[in-house]
Amino acid sequence: MARMTGAQMVLEGLQREGVEVIFGYPGGVVLPLYDTLPQYPGIRHILVRHEQGAAHMADGYARASGRMGVCLGTSGPGATNLVTGICTAWMDSVPVFALTGNVSRTLLGKDGFQEADITGITHSITKHNYLVMRPEEIPLTIREAAHICRTGRPGPVLVDIPKDVFQESAEFDWPEQVHLRGYRPTYEGHAGMIRRAAELIDQARRPIIIAGHGVIWSDAQDELVALAEKAEIPVITTFLGIGAFPEAHRLSYGWLGMHGMFYANMAADNADLVIGVGMRFDDRAMGRFKDFNPGVKIIHIDIDPAEIGKNFPTAVPIVGSAKNVLPRLTEHVREAKHTEWLQWIDQVREEHPSLHIRESRRMLPQYVVRTLYEETEGNATIVTGVGQHQMWAGQHYFYKRPRQLISSGGLGTMGFELPGAIGAQVALPDAEVWAICGDGGFQMTMQELAVVVDENLPLKIAIFNNGYLGMVRQWQQLFYDRNFVSVAMTQPDFCKIADAYGIRSLRVETKAEVAPAIREARAHKGPILIDFMIDQEENVWPMVPAGAALSETIEAPAEELAR
Amino acid sequence: MNPSLNGHQPRKRANHHTVVAIVEDKPGVLMRVASLFRRRGFNIESLTVGHSEMPGLSRMTIVVDGDSAPVEQVEKQLYKLIDVIKVSDLSQEDIVARELAMIKVRCNNVNRHELLDIANVFRADVVDIATNSIILQVVGDEDKIDGLIKMCEPYGIRELSRTGRIAMVRGTKTTTVHEPEPERIARIHQTQGRRVEGDLPFSSD
Repeated sequence: MARMTGAQMVLEGLQREGVEVIFGYPGGVVLPLYDTLPQYPGIRHILVRHEQGAAHMADGYARASGRMGVCLGTSGPGATNLVTGICTAWMDSVPVFALTGNVSRTLLGKDGFQEADITGITHSITKHNYLVMRPEEIPLTIREAAHICRTGRPGPVLVDIPKDVFQESAEFDWPEQVHLRGYRPTYEGHAGMIRRAAELIDQARRPIIIAGHGVIWSDAQDELVALAEKAEIPVITTFLGIGAFPEAHRLSYGWLGMHGMFYANMAADNADLVIGVGMRFDDRAMGRFKDFNPGVKIIHIDIDPAEIGKNFPTAVPIVGSAKNVLPRLTEHVREAKHTEWLQWIDQVREEHPSLHIRESRRMLPQYVVRTLYEETEGNATIVTGVGQHQMWAGQHYFYKRPRQLISSGGLGTMGFELPGAIGAQVALPDAEVWAICGDGGFQMTMQELAVVVDENLPLKIAIFNNGYLGMVRQWQQLFYDRNFVSVAMTQPDFCKIADAYGIRSLRVETKAEVAPAIREARAHKGPILIDFMIDQEENVWPMVPAGAALSETIEAPAEELAR
Repeated sequence: MNPSLNGHQPRKRANHHTVVAIVEDKPGVLMRVASLFRRRGFNIESLTVGHSEMPGLSRMTIVVDGDSAPVEQVEKQLYKLIDVIKVSDLSQEDIVARELAMIKVRCNNVNRHELLDIANVFRADVVDIATNSIILQVVGDEDKIDGLIKMCEPYGIRELSRTGRIAMVRGTKTTTVHEPEPERIARIHQTQGRRVEGDLPFSSD
């Protein structure tokens, strides 16, 4: 054991937890920590321009790499600025470790300058949080927080440390073991339940697997493929589950939900057995709960017992990780063929292809995504914001591997795209990472362009610029009688903004320029921003209207297809 | 004691569940639990918390309105809190459930005896007495307490304080946890998050 300051203990602890990068922003109470950073050259600090960016970067880093992402903010506004990013990670179960400073212990609770009760504020959006009152508590706290963050169902944690605790010294006593009486995630899955699930699968005539984000987090893509192939079960994914099953696989039928593929929605709605794996049957995926596929039986495999039975009654609950449960399930199920069922879905897909891009002289956003897919040969990592562009990016790029699409699903956080992509690029320095941005969301966090420059990241930034908050405009058109209120946006010249940061830029105004611009961006070694002036009034189809059931999925109306 | 003797109709409690949670005795635990119930829309009828037989562990007894949420969801959500170690739904168990109430009742020389008779029927204790006021302390299940309250109402209730329900399973079965922590870890857990006693240097830089 060695005597260390609190600040040293924090960095020593994080280093022992394998942390190599911290996305942070300094301020008064974290100065002791920043003062200590140079003593830990193994930890790279990336200076963000707003703490929200730090949290999203840690999130993007985690989603791209599967590792824990770390963000750091000072007390008060520094901490509260992290909140949107922490909640984004919370809703999507991403292991983000948030570290905040707080005012000195004598001032805690006295409304000291820049004091915020950040542990109180983040209770309901973290798996757990800690307020550390003594330096000797730091090693155990860091160890426990990191353990909670990345085990079980992953999720954000927050550790709040008063300034004088960073400065005080104590013995560094690193616990080898974590011992938490109230936290023991179940990984294995109940043998009896697995056998019952196998029986149901054997009996099913129209089974379908719905794979979610949990498959990606437990690294169970191969195990999922094995099950699907042995029992010949078609697989659809949730939006966050995209990449959990290779989309080129013959048993892949896209993803379901509000803007999922028509045939995926119909398959889910006509199955006699749904096997939900690492997903939570949320409203955007399932449509109106009470009218989802009456009579269907559900097998629900999830590591979080609280997800089972939350929205739908479950015939067979299996609490465990996909990685452990799927192979055992595969062992128990019989080899089977579901030829008729697959033919049924194939026919729906033939009649309602959903992903067909119509011939048009306009620069359709779908065409831009598809061209990007073709130019990158489906290999790029795609990070999106939230809205129409997000849905098109999910639909018209075809994903082959887990962690290839990174997007804010549960919270739907506009502004995630740029910092999320920065985090992903930091995690994967040699990968081709594209940030697909909305023109609205980009402006929420575009100050992080400075980080792209500082860190010399080869990030490709594509703005889908239609001059509207497109998804809101679509809803106003469809559900508010075309009463367009506060959705048209005067956009700045995004190319000039890129220029101001010293980032190369291109503007694309016609369809013919799309592929050459993408090629130019790919050939360019450094970062580049492309402002795609896409068709302004294109809508996302298919769509399950707000409040409707999956069976009520509607496709693009004829007048829109004629545009 | 059968409160129906007093003509009192107990409140309908068909769907109330008694849930016992063994939790770490740490700052913020009560807030975490209360915040969880609020956020998930579970209605709390009563919540009591105090030390358990194990140092470092508290025992919470929560009466949940089962109409607001399936009690199974309540249990599972509680389990997600790291500081919650064990949750038991006592609804299907044979339990002893008790509550304590103090009732400050208006009275005078004329009707005091009457009131003491009532208290006697309910086996309530007189814990304070003044010229125009009396405090009755009563222990029992909610129905009994409701019954006494009803009987006191005509005299005028000045103040009422109820503890909420605590409960325990009859017989040898327990709902508690006996899992000590390693000493090194326990030492840190005992102070984690607690204020430091004594003077700390003022610092606002």
